Amino acid sequence: MITQVSDSLYTQLVKTYEGNLPTSEPHSLDEIRRQAFDRFKSQGFPTVKREDWKYTNVQPLVGRGYAFEAEPAALDEATIEAAAIPGLDAYRVVLVDGIYRADLSTAKDVPGLSVMPITEAFERLCFAKYFSEYADKTDNPFVALNTALFTQGLFIEVGKNQQLDKPIHIIHVAVTDRPLFTQVRNLYVMSTFAEAEIIESFVTQTGADHNLNNVVSELVVRENAKLQHYYLQLGSAQSHYLTHTEIYQEKHSLYNHYNCTFPGATFVRNNINVRLGDSEVESHLYGVTLTAENQFVDNHTIVDHLKPHCESYEWYKNITQDTSTAVFNGKIFVRQDAQKTNAFQQNNNMLIGEKSAVYTKPQLEIFADDVKCSHGCTIGQFDNEALFYLRARGISEAQARVLLVHAFAFDVTSRFANTTVRAYVEHLVEKGLKVG
Amino acid sequence: MLSIRNLHASVEDKAILKGLDLEVKAGEVHAIMGPNGSGKSTLGNVLAGRESYEVTEGEVLLDGKDLLDLAPEDRAREGVFLAFQYPVEIPGVSNINFLKTALNEIREYKGLPPMEARDFLNRVKEKQKLVEFDAKLANRSLNEGFSGGEKKRNEIFQLAMLDPKLAILDETDSGLDIDALRIVARGVNQLRSKDNAFIVITHYQRLLEYIVPDFVHVLYNGRIVRSGTKELALELEEKGYDWIKETVDAEGAV
Repeated sequence: MITQVSDSLYTQLVKTYEGNLPTSEPHSLDEIRRQAFDRFKSQGFPTVKREDWKYTNVQPLVGRGYAFEAEPAALDEATIEAAAIPGLDAYRVVLVDGIYRADLSTAKDVPGLSVMPITEAFERLCFAKYFSEYADKTDNPFVALNTALFTQGLFIEVGKNQQLDKPIHIIHVAVTDRPLFTQVRNLYVMSTFAEAEIIESFVTQTGADHNLNNVVSELVVRENAKLQHYYLQLGSAQSHYLTHTEIYQEKHSLYNHYNCTFPGATFVRNNINVRLGDSEVESHLYGVTLTAENQFVDNHTIVDHLKPHCESYEWYKNITQDTSTAVFNGKIFVRQDAQKTNAFQQNNNMLIGEKSAVYTKPQLEIFADDVKCSHGCTIGQFDNEALFYLRARGISEAQARVLLVHAFAFDVTSRFANTTVRAYVEHLVEKGLKVG
Repeated sequence: MLSIRNLHASVEDKAILKGLDLEVKAGEVHAIMGPNGSGKSTLGNVLAGRESYEVTEGEVLLDGKDLLDLAPEDRAREGVFLAFQYPVEIPGVSNINFLKTALNEIREYKGLPPMEARDFLNRVKEKQKLVEFDAKLANRSLNEGFSGGEKKRNEIFQLAMLDPKLAILDETDSGLDIDALRIVARGVNQLRSKDNAFIVITHYQRLLEYIVPDFVHVLYNGRIVRSGTKELALELEEKGYDWIKETVDAEGAV
């Protein structure tokens, strides 16, 4: 069923790629692309009639024309400098309009670490094994579109037993000088007993044109592996993001995701799905979203307990200013097999802007009968008693507000494994707060 | 130091203070007593600048400066400190960080540079000892999970750290057992000096056995109806507030 309200990107895509999909060796990928494109064509772009997109209207974004391939635009060194995290020693990886820049990458010749453009990983065994294995099982049409058409992105593999000495810092920069639709596809594989930290910053170069970025990342955390994964959304108003992050965890693995969004990017939709595929798996999802002006930020998460004796812990905080909107949708599945599951979810919202809005929806679907699940949700404003208390001690109203927002975010920021990133995020929260 | 003249204040259009006069000089301790609803806490809150209280008439000068014109934070920076009757719990704001921010904002207001980290920590240690405030509490989130007594002691600890000119203790004794009361009082007595002043708002005479006031005022129906020395508090204790109500109401009837 195709129900396109406005279909100019859709028409453009079909016109450009019908019978003309990207092709590559090995040709098994071509078939995957064909099927994905068919799925996309039959679904079309989602409308607000679909429950998962009820508050997230993509029509204005897909109702306009884009270039599909980036012209080599001039990357300003200052943009990369500005995206660096103060005090963080990391292996740096840079993607400019989705394209891997080997010349700017410092993640080379690191024992046990493979970082390369995804197009160079097609022959790899683990690519064949994991690519499109999980993300394409979802009904997100942007994933199907991405699978069909991506020509860029990143492949990372951390080898067996490897514990990286430094985090990997991936900087996604939007630079384009014309309206651009990028489709970035990433696959990160953590081999057994591997340990790593991946920090991804999304930034926009000053002067960049309108850009819409459809980023699909598939992550596999194999047995006994541990991954700390950060998203720092720092794009500016020209940038729009649709990200789909699909994580599959094997036995005894640990995956922690820290999802931070700051004022800037006009539109952000994150889908973060964690599949706890075997027993004794632990997953933590933390989110802190600070919005301003007319920003729209939507975090849709799924925590899918498939097997027994697993633990998941999710805590998202939204702080909305001005006329911005935040959406949180947290779905937890506890499958019939997943006895002794321990699942926790909490979403707290602080509405600062009188005309800001929050839509929040916890969803629990539990099919097992011996589990512990809890969820909670709050919506509030500045506590005037607390404000007065701080001011009565000589603290300015502006500083008092900063302290109270820090305090509100504390439940989340205090869980950050990396203290340097935590300090950076706290600084960005302070910077993003309109005070006075 | 503090000069309150003909102060009228209301909350939600209900007049609470109806022409209050009070002079406090440096080095003095004044006790304000009175029955429930007489306006004791309103006085503390009006002086600290709580926005829900509206001053309709009168003036308040602190060393000649009009206090009522100032925002709450500027009053604090000028040297007014209100020890809250119900201190607020603020999870996620560390006690120490809060105090450092407050102290440095007050210093900035006075044109002083931020306090050196080491000096600050020394001051924390010294004042903790002075008011017998547990170091573990100082490092926790502001008042979070503190008992009633611990919250009140934290108020006194903050008072010691910020060293204000004028401290207003708003029913600091309420909810304290006798040991906590002694500790709080000892702290206050240590902090008394010829340069600062205290206004002690209390319902009971008990606290005044430990913090001996220079003057005692009785607030009733929004005005100070009796002033005297500490003996007045004893007399009140003995005769009860009904005695005040009756005599004042009788005077009013004449």
